[in-house]
Amino acid sequence: MLKTLGILAAGIAVAFGFGLLVDNAVPPFWALIVNLCGVSIILAVSLNVINGLTGQFSLGHAGFMAIGAYVSAYFTTTLRYFDPEVAKYVSQQPLFDGVWGFAPALLVGGLAAALAGLLVGIPTLRLKGDYLAIATLGFGEIVAILLTNFKQVGGSKGLTGIPSYADTSWIYAFVAICIAFSLFFQRSTFGRALIAIRENELAAEVMGIRTARMKVMAFVYGAFFAGLAGGLYAHLFQTINPGNFNFMKSVEVVVMLVLGGLGSLTGAIVGAIILTVLPEALRDLEREIALPGFRMALYALILILMMIFRPQGIFGQRELSLKLLRRILPGGRK
Amino acid sequence: MSKPILELADVNVYYGAIHALKGVSLSVRQGEVVTLIGANGAGKTTTLATVCGLMRPRSGTVRYGGEDIGKVPTHQLVARGLVMAPEGRGIFPALTVEENLRLGAYARRDKPGIEKDLQHGFEIFPRLAERRRQRGGTLSGGEQQMLAIARALMSQPKLLLLDEPSLGLAPLIVQTIFETIDQVNKQGVTILLVEQNARIALKHSHRAYVIESGEISIEGESAALLDDPRVKAAYLGES
Repeated sequence: MLKTLGILAAGIAVAFGFGLLVDNAVPPFWALIVNLCGVSIILAVSLNVINGLTGQFSLGHAGFMAIGAYVSAYFTTTLRYFDPEVAKYVSQQPLFDGVWGFAPALLVGGLAAALAGLLVGIPTLRLKGDYLAIATLGFGEIVAILLTNFKQVGGSKGLTGIPSYADTSWIYAFVAICIAFSLFFQRSTFGRALIAIRENELAAEVMGIRTARMKVMAFVYGAFFAGLAGGLYAHLFQTINPGNFNFMKSVEVVVMLVLGGLGSLTGAIVGAIILTVLPEALRDLEREIALPGFRMALYALILILMMIFRPQGIFGQRELSLKLLRRILPGGRK
Repeated sequence: MSKPILELADVNVYYGAIHALKGVSLSVRQGEVVTLIGANGAGKTTTLATVCGLMRPRSGTVRYGGEDIGKVPTHQLVARGLVMAPEGRGIFPALTVEENLRLGAYARRDKPGIEKDLQHGFEIFPRLAERRRQRGGTLSGGEQQMLAIARALMSQPKLLLLDEPSLGLAPLIVQTIFETIDQVNKQGVTILLVEQNARIALKHSHRAYVIESGEISIEGESAALLDDPRVKAAYLGES
């Protein structure tokens, strides 16, 4: 526990240092990519707790992200809407003002997503495998459709004019928090219980693990961090619309996990970085060789080759550790 | 004669429309090894699942230590010392031997006791001590079965339910597993054993029940059942 707190404090300090560096030394476009990587890492690491550790296949991560994004943005944005009672447009002051209002707004967004996770998780986590995937996919779509039809949050145009609070320091501070929690998780009895559910649900049950409750808790935990990631995303791009959180976004996060190695924390981080950077890096290549669309084809090809030659993902279920480094580096001790 | 620790009275269990257990009654007394033998689909595993709360009887009672446990959830039964080692060496393959064992103590909170029992488990199963940092999935079949039993022992069972511990193991390994079962029983754990391998199960138990399509057909002292012509013909391959 103390060690985890130490890692957490060190992580946050590093995040602020990293933030200063990126703000001052990295061109704006790549700074945006770096920030987007941070959001992706939070998404992937949190989904890894559900899909990787607990072995439940959720395809609704974008739905939780959307809830976090909209709820937090709702609290920090000056909303202008048509009030029929006075027959004119009125604006509402943000409930949480300024950068220090950002933290509570993010927290409320995360909690709203966690609440949604609880409500969705209790009935759906009785389902297994494909059935659970379809149910969570349905949840994600419901969220997107509701947002498209709610005039109060801008309908299909979404929310604009969201203050730009999420800079590199903020995002990576939350990345540090998310990773520290996950590290602590994986090594705790709770984490082992989640892995036990993945490995053999019946055996877990007869060991006295309350599998239904554990699965819901993992789901709520994942939803909370997806909500935080959504809040950061909203305050990074300053504009959100339901299209940002569609089914493809959920799939993207799942692909990050599968690429990195389902069940590996390191894999989730690496997968998130690769899948965020790759499409942008290939954009330059595409321009060089003047072949529009080549980028997406190559992206798909990389994924297909990966699944053929390393179906367990880059890391499998392993973590990056000194032991693993020693083994793979040439001349290292076996 | 000691009092029964487990009593099933006229238990009926259904899977949807399928009547899996048809009025099963049996009892296990403190300190005994009782075996339940029968063919595939006779209802052996269903009986164990009903005892440990994974299945619910539609009618009839299941009593553990004199108390009706028909509605008590599994995790509370584990805390009260009613523990099952599931069929097919239900271990956690990606976790290490030690992590598997620690999960066996999931329902316990007494740290020193857990450490003591961990050492004790390694004494009973020295092979597991050698492999404590190895992943469960890399063990041989016999070692996995030992791990499953050792893990169940970590929850300090009073009554241990063993579901087909001999399944898929070589005869020599089966012998070792049953010797361990004897040893565990001598240390005061009551055992209800489900087996298809009738001969060895009867040799290593005090009493036995034969279950056929959801009904108990024969019961008695294990030694007597070994000589019973019906048992011989159907389960021991003799005529």
